[in-house]
Amino acid sequence: MGTISFQLNGQPVRLETSADRTLLWVLRTDLGLTGVKCGCAMGYCGACTVLVNKQAYRSCLLTLQDVQDKEVLTIEGLANGAQLHPLQQAFVDHGALQCGFCTSGMILNSYSLLLAKPAPTENEVIAKMNNNLCRCGAHPRIVQAILSAAQTMKGGL
Amino acid sequence: MRARRLQPRKTPGPLALNRRDLLKLLGGGILILVYPPEAAAGQYQIPDAYLQIKDDGTVALFTGKVEYGQGIMTSLAQMAAEELDLPLQSLRVVLGDTSLCPQDADGGTWGSLTTRNFGPPLRSAAAKAKAILIALAAQQLNLASSQLMTQDGFVISRTDSAVRVSYASLAGGKSIVQTLQTTPATKNFAQFTLSGQPARRLDAIDKVTGKALYTADIRLPGMLYAYILRPPAYGATLKSVDTLAAGTVVGTRVMQVNGQWVVLHAQPDQARLALELIKATAVYNPPPAGQDQETIYAYLTSRYTAGTLFAQSGNLATGQSQAVAKLGQTYYTPYLAHAPMEPHAAVVSIEGTKATVWASTQTPFTVRSDVAGALGFSTANVRVITPYIGGGFGGKSVNLQTVEAARIAKAAGQPVNLAWTREEEFFYDAFQPPSIIKTSSGLDRNNKISFWDSQVYCVGNRGAEMLYEVPHYRIQTYGNTSSQGSHPFSIGPWRAPGSNANTFARESHIDELAAAAGLDACSFRLLHLQTSASARLRKVLQTAAASFGWQPAKSPSGRGYGVACGSDAGAYVVMMASVEVEAKTGAIKVLRMLCAQDMGQVINPDGARMQMEGSMMMGLGYALSEELHFKNGAIQDLNFDSYAIPRFAWMPKLETVLVENNALSPQGGGEPSIITTGAVLANAVFDAIGVRVNRLPMTPARVLPLIQALPLALKPPQYSANQIQLTWRGQSGVKLQSSPSLTNPVWQEVPNTDGQSGLTLPATNGAAFFRLAR
Repeated sequence: MGTISFQLNGQPVRLETSADRTLLWVLRTDLGLTGVKCGCAMGYCGACTVLVNKQAYRSCLLTLQDVQDKEVLTIEGLANGAQLHPLQQAFVDHGALQCGFCTSGMILNSYSLLLAKPAPTENEVIAKMNNNLCRCGAHPRIVQAILSAAQTMKGGL
Repeated sequence: MRARRLQPRKTPGPLALNRRDLLKLLGGGILILVYPPEAAAGQYQIPDAYLQIKDDGTVALFTGKVEYGQGIMTSLAQMAAEELDLPLQSLRVVLGDTSLCPQDADGGTWGSLTTRNFGPPLRSAAAKAKAILIALAAQQLNLASSQLMTQDGFVISRTDSAVRVSYASLAGGKSIVQTLQTTPATKNFAQFTLSGQPARRLDAIDKVTGKALYTADIRLPGMLYAYILRPPAYGATLKSVDTLAAGTVVGTRVMQVNGQWVVLHAQPDQARLALELIKATAVYNPPPAGQDQETIYAYLTSRYTAGTLFAQSGNLATGQSQAVAKLGQTYYTPYLAHAPMEPHAAVVSIEGTKATVWASTQTPFTVRSDVAGALGFSTANVRVITPYIGGGFGGKSVNLQTVEAARIAKAAGQPVNLAWTREEEFFYDAFQPPSIIKTSSGLDRNNKISFWDSQVYCVGNRGAEMLYEVPHYRIQTYGNTSSQGSHPFSIGPWRAPGSNANTFARESHIDELAAAAGLDACSFRLLHLQTSASARLRKVLQTAAASFGWQPAKSPSGRGYGVACGSDAGAYVVMMASVEVEAKTGAIKVLRMLCAQDMGQVINPDGARMQMEGSMMMGLGYALSEELHFKNGAIQDLNFDSYAIPRFAWMPKLETVLVENNALSPQGGGEPSIITTGAVLANAVFDAIGVRVNRLPMTPARVLPLIQALPLALKPPQYSANQIQLTWRGQSGVKLQSSPSLTNPVWQEVPNTDGQSGLTLPATNGAAFFRLAR
């Protein structure tokens, strides 16, 4: 047992629990943020992607210790109240989802790309997204949504 | 068009309540119940569909169908809104709640049936609701019904648009239940304003914000997360289970339920941790010797004696006697996993003799009966709620996790959340069965197919129809996708069950015939699509060719173009593709895929295109990489590291063409486009490199030996002013040799040509002879 503190979606969080617990399950259970999904629990699929200090990580592979004093962003932290983030809006506008289970991971992973590289080429988007899996086959629309969001955002996030 | 099969629906649903009580349950207003036409005989007590107009002006549509990404939540709302002249946002769709929704006649959400079969009764219900609203408005406004029209949720006087009354005020304070057994007139396709237009998906905002709840997201007070200790292989039993260490994880409950060890905890990670501390050994009892993904085909074929005739025409012997050239080939496809991104999950909460179940399922009413049976409860006391589902593809029409969760909840006395791990999702899948399809055929002296004989093992007859004009043919099946037979593990429906294998075999084979005839693959098909019965497919094929830019050329042309045709769920589909094959590795790069589809009237074109694109992407998997690996009862694919599904880097340029056919009611759209992906790529590979792959998936390991077995050949040399260019299909280990003489040859290796594919030489006046050698 210990105390772990970190920033979560812009708010400070303080938990009294084992530091070696997996972040994915703490987010979903202790903190009630079910937007992050468990697809494989081994880091293969990316459905559990969150941002830690603006970098994309698979939360099924992170412990609470790994995020001590860091900034964590989940899908719930992306919209600004009722105003969707441009990436979320682009996914809606382009129909870049079907069952939606991979969607939070896709959006957050692409967000980390745009934070680092505001004007990626299509090949750069594909390379960054290649390890996020989608069974429904929404890949082409996901790429279009990301490229379109990059245009809308134009470096201002 | 496929006839509806009504499932006997003797178990009570919400209509066990009388109709007044039902309306009270749903909150008053106007309720339209639509019975299928067969109900006139008094046999069926439960309606197909109902629509409720509430006094706040919103309309609720209740259906036993569920949404797992195929977009029916939106397309059904579109159809109802269209008939009701209501804004799409005013419609609320209630899906898959067995206490509120009628059981649908199709038995589940599958078979590309929702828009086709459920659409018509839904539109009837909406049209009837509109008629009632007009009748109520006529009374209120003291006008004749014929003087009224509807628009945007209002009934309006045709002569003075200021004279109007909202649906909300008409429904307010009412308690009207209308049943409908005759079909009122619904709109003509030409009158559509909503349907036929791209519509924003109703579920999209929930899904991009993380608000969409899937089964494992459900959280209840006192709920425990459960994991079950599983045997390591089929046929194996667990022995000497020592659960002591599991109990050291604080807050863990360890119990035996239905002969299985189960670990429960308020935190799922702690439950998992505890489970992994259990020590157990296993006694293995593997299925008959030699069962792995190589030996299974011979094993399965040997288990069948007599086939079932599916279709025939003419006389095979006559056709055989007319053949001047004969072909024979056997086609193979493997076990396939569904691998939805969301594993099977269920949450069960029991209070007394009542249970509430949340389940990731395509068949909520079957889950209700299964859980009621497992708990010994009456069906009326079990409510199944279906949250959003993270992919189904047929695999969630089997729901073992629901009875597991129910039994555990009963034993534990607390609500239970059971979400399968990815390993369990692979292990307990009801796989698409493998296929062995033996085909023999012949060409007559006019290069037309004179006979065709197909023996289809394990996958049944869906997609096995003879699509082409062949005078003498016979198609027989041995087993189907629902007969467990001799399979070492469960089999079940996988997107377009059986159709992928049957289409792969037929379309590969007709391509082989085209090549034997020395004719272009498209032209050869058109030669066999001349009658009026073939008009629909002919139009789709010609549309595809025009959109793709297909120019006739006999295969192998080196272009890498493939074509494949298919029919499924009332739709016709033609796919064309362009590929590159890397001769040195056998790797296939898909450059472009085009799918043209005639699916009758298209309710939501953007939704239809999404399903076509999704089918093409998913189909790349069974064509190029997906194959279950297993041995002696052990499933060797337990995660995405070894079972490879399509990724972003695989994306070809995808094009979808919706072939107009508004004279036909809406046909299936969720499955048809996947059935041609295997064949179109196999045909494209043949066109690229002259290698016929008759077994899927076409992995590099499978394709490379076929390339290496091709005869070595130098292409005709290209001459220019002072140079000679030699080219050949490069392979490692293959090198160029030269000799100054053929009469007394002295072959010397030309340096640096091993594994290369070309050489440029200065032209000389002398003679030189070249050959390839391994």
